[in-house]
Amino acid sequence: MGLLSKKDAKLITDPLADNNPITIQVLGICSALAITAELKASLVMSIAVLFVMGVGNVVISLMRNVIPSKIRIIVQLIVVAALVIIVDQVLKAYAYELSKTLSVFVGLIITNCIIMGRFEAFALGNGPWRSFLDGIGNALGYAVILLIVGFFRELLGAGTLFGIPVLGDPIEKTGVYSIGYENNGFMLMPPMALIVVGLIIWVQRSRNKALIED
Amino acid sequence: MEHLELFFKSIFIDNMVFAVFLGMCSYLAVSKKVATAVGLGAAVIFVLAITVPLNWLLDQYILQPGALSWLGADYIDYDLSFLSFIMFIATIATMVQLVEIVVEKFSPSLYNSLGIFLPLIAVNCAILGGSLFMQSREIETLGLALNYGISSGIGWFLAILAIAAIREKIRYSNVPAPLRGLGITFIITGLMGIGFLSFGGMLTGGDEEAPKKETTAEVIKAEDKKELANNTKVIE
Repeated sequence: MGLLSKKDAKLITDPLADNNPITIQVLGICSALAITAELKASLVMSIAVLFVMGVGNVVISLMRNVIPSKIRIIVQLIVVAALVIIVDQVLKAYAYELSKTLSVFVGLIITNCIIMGRFEAFALGNGPWRSFLDGIGNALGYAVILLIVGFFRELLGAGTLFGIPVLGDPIEKTGVYSIGYENNGFMLMPPMALIVVGLIIWVQRSRNKALIED
Repeated sequence: MEHLELFFKSIFIDNMVFAVFLGMCSYLAVSKKVATAVGLGAAVIFVLAITVPLNWLLDQYILQPGALSWLGADYIDYDLSFLSFIMFIATIATMVQLVEIVVEKFSPSLYNSLGIFLPLIAVNCAILGGSLFMQSREIETLGLALNYGISSGIGWFLAILAIAAIREKIRYSNVPAPLRGLGITFIITGLMGIGFLSFGGMLTGGDEEAPKKETTAEVIKAEDKKELANNTKVIE
């Protein structure tokens, strides 16, 4: 991290684990759970949030001195909505199938609480460069959880990663299936996303006792 | 009948929390006490009941492809659907602000008990999600849109009420330390979600009685086929 000062680097590394937006700050959970049945959807969602958060944080930070505080929520919503429309249109143009899988959840990036939370807590009080780093850091923390959940759900549920079979062929019984393994289709059902995130929280808090709630 | 079907479907089968994970942030943050959970749940029902029909009107007369035809023949080709996110969120933010002002004026006690949560409803994904699902599921009439708004709000209300009650009790249980608080709430919600999955057959299989013991194998087979056909129909 030669490019960044120690304080700036912390903005990126902190949200990855010890101050993770999903598992510690409890923000932005809706979309994190709903689209993680496939790794590809998780990746695209992460990139979309990365874009919206990075750009949005900079925009809000640049406007922070001219926004009247009474209407700041509406201003923030309009900025996010405009950015999300861009993402949605790009997805529809270049990845139509995927935009169908993500359905309304692209639109729900607008109400993703991580974004509003970071605007409120950081971008309204800091300069553009630091806000940008903060946005990127939090979006990466979000992405990490999404990718972990997506990885386990797709691997155990469908035996594939990014749609490519990695555990062998379930019909001809090659690979792991030859010793009697079966895909656990239940992993693809919505409730399992919650349980997987619950388990991630368990693992994380067992490793770092300081995070345990009373 | 259509109304009744939509009503039960939005409460139980497509429950906002357990089936599509909407409004999870406030669901997790505000569910520590039953009293506050009830207040927020009621506010969500109220705001959904206003914003979904309003956004339905917007969608029908401004946003849909060809919706501007009431302005004259020149406008028939217009498709403004890409603007729906920004229009919907503007409606929601305005309505929440309005509700806040009205509640503050007429019931200061309710206003104080809701506190910060009232403005936060604007960024609750359940509210925007309600309008977006209303759009993507192509709900046909204003009455159905109102029904959808109220019933999905009731579904959310039930979910947050249930988890708040469980969390009040679980304080006395011996949960492993790293799992306390957030972790166990996630897992309980997951288990409740599995329970709610069982409502899935409520509308599709409801008109067929469960096969009795004395029915022969052929009958069961025929019924299985019928059910399979029903299921594929639902998937399509």
